[in-house]
Amino acid sequence: MSAGTADGTGADTGITRAEFCVIACADAWSGAGEVMASPFGTIPALGARLAKLTFAPDVVLTDGEAALMVGAPPIATKAADLIREAAMPYRSVFDVVWSGRRHIMMMASQIDRTGNQNISAIGDHHRPKVQLVGVRGAPGNSVNHPTSYWVPDHTVRTFVEHVDVVSGVGYARAETAGPGATRFHDIRRVVSNLGVFDFETPDHTMRLRSFHPGTTVDDIVGATAFALTIPDDVAETRLPTPEELDLLRTVLDPGSLRDRDVKS
Amino acid sequence: MADKRTTVDDIVGQLSSGMTIGIGGWGSRRKPMAIVRALCRSDLDDLTIVAYGGPDVGLLCASGKVRKVVCGFVTLDSIALDPHWRVARQHGRVEVMEVDEGMFFQGLQAAAWRVPFLPTRAGLGSDVLTINPDLRLVRSPYGADSPYVHDPVDADVELVAMPALHLDAALVHTNRADTAGNGQILGPDPFFDPLFLGAADLRFITTEHIVENGKLADEGPLSSVVIHRMLTDGVAETPGGAHFTANPPDYGRDEAFQKEYAASAADPAEWDAFAQRYLLVAEDEYQAHVRERSAR
Repeated sequence: MSAGTADGTGADTGITRAEFCVIACADAWSGAGEVMASPFGTIPALGARLAKLTFAPDVVLTDGEAALMVGAPPIATKAADLIREAAMPYRSVFDVVWSGRRHIMMMASQIDRTGNQNISAIGDHHRPKVQLVGVRGAPGNSVNHPTSYWVPDHTVRTFVEHVDVVSGVGYARAETAGPGATRFHDIRRVVSNLGVFDFETPDHTMRLRSFHPGTTVDDIVGATAFALTIPDDVAETRLPTPEELDLLRTVLDPGSLRDRDVKS
Repeated sequence: MADKRTTVDDIVGQLSSGMTIGIGGWGSRRKPMAIVRALCRSDLDDLTIVAYGGPDVGLLCASGKVRKVVCGFVTLDSIALDPHWRVARQHGRVEVMEVDEGMFFQGLQAAAWRVPFLPTRAGLGSDVLTINPDLRLVRSPYGADSPYVHDPVDADVELVAMPALHLDAALVHTNRADTAGNGQILGPDPFFDPLFLGAADLRFITTEHIVENGKLADEGPLSSVVIHRMLTDGVAETPGGAHFTANPPDYGRDEAFQKEYAASAADPAEWDAFAQRYLLVAEDEYQAHVRERSAR
């Protein structure tokens, strides 16, 4: 279904929620320059490719295996059909991470008010109620290069007061850890299925940056377990340009994989 | 020059209960599964497994061989979390030292370089430091007046001191190897296999095919021979030895088999059936079952 009223007229734009999410993810890489864009999940992957095809042409994308790939091919492209420009084995990925030439968009099973992310475990880490994927590279990523998060199911269980196991490091934790942690720490955006968030507040707590057309600020507040900063003039997430929408629908994702990640 | 050819059984015979064992590969990619299966059949237990975890960790946990796992994740790649790992963790059956993937790399590197730790930002501010209370920080000895401080922010900076991950034994699987113990990886990523070997006292390679010393250059560019013989004590030929994990260009991941493995975590009866058919049998019988299965 279509959900858009983002032109401010209330008119149905025919743009789906998943498409607003892709645009919001793409915008995270605005002005990124020649850095590795590492998206996790279909929606962020489409966002990174869309950014590369439009306003962020210099970003570097991997093939998901051990190479950098040329261009921004359709999301369903078979591995055998990708064109590769350089080797990028995992050991070299750490060189990139620790050099800071990367902006990752990770997923978060929980995220909290100061930007801590959890992908390790729900409950007591010693004997978890639910074992998750593990901290993976989140601790190192979050203190070495720009980091954003994608949360496809925004609820009071995912946007929590305090995460159970701090994997990706938020602002307050980094501050406490000192200059070793804060020097390159930069949580840029959180994109959920309901809206876009950042930490551009005096105390670096989470702020609503925009809400996706079809949701309301009240919906978002009700689905968030902590107090969000809500600017008086908060706007809807921007509309994709006609060129962006065409690239997304006809080039990058003609099979609408995006709609499996986020229902309208 | 020593001929290092051996067998999987001889390798397992050199291991003992309570050892810390590093396993190469990454997730469900190029894991030394023939040895993992042999470990599952063995009477060894109380092992500490150090790995970029995949089904090696899941199988050994489900087989009751493991006391502790050192890892940043346990994944099957196409299945985000190994369900056998989930069961072991949620039932409190294994201890875990969970660290950032990059900290793990530095732990292996420190062991291979014979230094007690390496400094890193990774881990600062995260719960990696609270769930592993024995981890320590280290303060840079270079202060603001030091000629070596490039940026004043780094003066006296406090970083994580990632301890060396010393291994009693390391096990890796390669596409090719030679009789002298040189190892060749023809796939796109050597992962951290040379470092696992460098961090270990006992170092073993299993491989798809062993060639004469000097003949690896016929199999692929010399730059793909990333494991030199100073890093190895024994090499065993085990065709299909990484099955069901991905081992390109020899073979890809057996996704259907992996699904069957994952599904067997659902209840003990299913796991018993899986173990009876695929683990408590000799490797050639395993490979025959796999061939039968894919012919169905």
